[in-house]
Amino acid sequence: MALGPDPMILEELVEEEVGPVEVAGAPAGGEATSGGGLTVQLLRVFVENKLAVVGAVIILLMILLCFLGPVFYHTNQTNSQLALMNSSQNSPPSAAYPLGTDGTGFDMLGRIMYGGQTSLEVGFAAAGIATVVGVLWGAISGYFGGWVDAVMMRIVDVLLSIPLLFLLIVLAVIFQASLTLLILIIGMTAWLVPARLVRGETLVLRVRDFVQAVRVMGGGGRRIVLRHIVPNTIGTIIVNATFQVADAILLLAALGFIGLGVPAPQTDWGSMLSNGVSYAVAGYWWEIYPVGVAIVLVVVALNFVGDALRDAFEVRLQRR
Amino acid sequence: MRRLLQAAVVLVGVTLVMFLLAHIIPGGAARAALGARATPGQVASFNALNGYDLPIWDQLYRYLENLVLHFNLGYSYRSNETVKDLIFSRLPKTLVLLGISTVFAVLVAVPLGVLQVVRRNRLLDYVLTGVSFIFYAMPAFLLGTLLILYFAIDFKWFPIQAPSASTVGGILAEPRGLVLPVLTLSAITIASFSRYMRSSMMEAMAEDYIRTARAKGAGPRRVLFRHALRNALIPLITLLGLSLPTIVGGALITETVFNYPGMGLLTTNAALGDDVPLLLGTTLVAAIATVIGSLIADVLYAIVDPRVRYT
Repeated sequence: MALGPDPMILEELVEEEVGPVEVAGAPAGGEATSGGGLTVQLLRVFVENKLAVVGAVIILLMILLCFLGPVFYHTNQTNSQLALMNSSQNSPPSAAYPLGTDGTGFDMLGRIMYGGQTSLEVGFAAAGIATVVGVLWGAISGYFGGWVDAVMMRIVDVLLSIPLLFLLIVLAVIFQASLTLLILIIGMTAWLVPARLVRGETLVLRVRDFVQAVRVMGGGGRRIVLRHIVPNTIGTIIVNATFQVADAILLLAALGFIGLGVPAPQTDWGSMLSNGVSYAVAGYWWEIYPVGVAIVLVVVALNFVGDALRDAFEVRLQRR
Repeated sequence: MRRLLQAAVVLVGVTLVMFLLAHIIPGGAARAALGARATPGQVASFNALNGYDLPIWDQLYRYLENLVLHFNLGYSYRSNETVKDLIFSRLPKTLVLLGISTVFAVLVAVPLGVLQVVRRNRLLDYVLTGVSFIFYAMPAFLLGTLLILYFAIDFKWFPIQAPSASTVGGILAEPRGLVLPVLTLSAITIASFSRYMRSSMMEAMAEDYIRTARAKGAGPRRVLFRHALRNALIPLITLLGLSLPTIVGGALITETVFNYPGMGLLTTNAALGDDVPLLLGTTLVAAIATVIGSLIADVLYAIVDPRVRYT
């Protein structure tokens, strides 16, 4: 469920203590592969792994449903007065409402699209922020080493030891979250894991010959970090980013359940589910299962894709 | 010793973060406590009363002095009690829930992982992997509600609410009420731990010492349990330490679903009531508990694995 790093990422964290793993995505030396090489590699993952294809298709369909669906399926999702005047609150699925209506009278199918937009936006945007911040933090910390590394990593240790959900709740209460703020808050609390992963790899990369060569040729720290170290950790970054999206969606759902999700009339899958769950005893199943299935499907799909990507990028697993 | 020092540094850092969080509230703590309509006079007297008009370094000193000497975290805005009393009356109940769930999760996850390795790439393995994926992806509050719906309301096997007794003994006296919360909280942990056990056992099975054991004539059962399992179990301790923040976060959701009167429910209520001192207090305690927990995990690791020594 929710709220935590994927177990396999934890596994990588465990391994980091012993010594980081080599990245298969990285070439033996020199600058990282060109974009084409990476694309081909990614494509090969999907050709070889059926679960990854299923996952990718599910994600694509869900994005299409949420963002293109409303173009073809018009529903009122913002005017609660209008929805309340509509006399069918909590009505079961019917020809007029394929997935029924909720307690306000909003059409549930349209609501899943509308709330899905928020959940997916937050998921991808927060994961993007977390990845960029985490990668830069980890690469800088690992490359410069010494006291810079010590200070930067202690900051990560400190923040990692505050349970993520608690930290999120504190920030959401203090800043009275809007959609943008929620993205920022989740992004700024989720960068710790990528930071540690990338630092671990940077420690290995910075003593490699090609980095030494760049330094001898006069390349500065910024060039080495951005052009040579970060591209060589791309495998780890992509794999982790995939899991980050799933985690961000689940974190937003947890915040929505507590009542700290996006403010009305906007909604997200977590808030919707939380509303539905409060009607559970009344037997309004259509307010729970469709949106619950949507969350689980997307998160499982993202995990499938992430797992396949990790298998593809890891030398040790490829050897087997 | 070095590990202890590291934990101490992290603890100091955590308190500093909490102090900073209390000071980045837009409009200041006074607005958070008194509301947006407070007059400037009210704000000024609130600030003077709580020392918010002092220079920031003096405030930090006072904060640390209160925290270290008296564990004084201030007063709850909503209920007329100190944050310290509120937390200490709830903390043992959360520890009970956490303890039972974690032990239960390990006891279920390890055999599951082993079973998957024994039946690897067969139907059972795929089914279990699929199920653990679903539980991993399911929000805890959804799982908790579904459990209530089916096992408490439809079948009436267990009570809807968690035990609400005020003492730990009272809670343990109603074990039936604990079943659903424990299941909810351990589901994620079981899902992730069994996945981990499966992959680390698979890795262990490919190691040279397994081949050596086989070559020496050890039977498949002996190889599995004496050689592979023992080595795969060691990193599980570290994983447990690293998963603590997640499990503590899960406890917050679980307690809220089942109305279990622990720290998590306290935190949720504090969040909904904008009770910032209480919220910061519970977060600080959750973080301290996490630091201590992972310290214990590391020490255990050093005891179990002779290759690791903390000097």
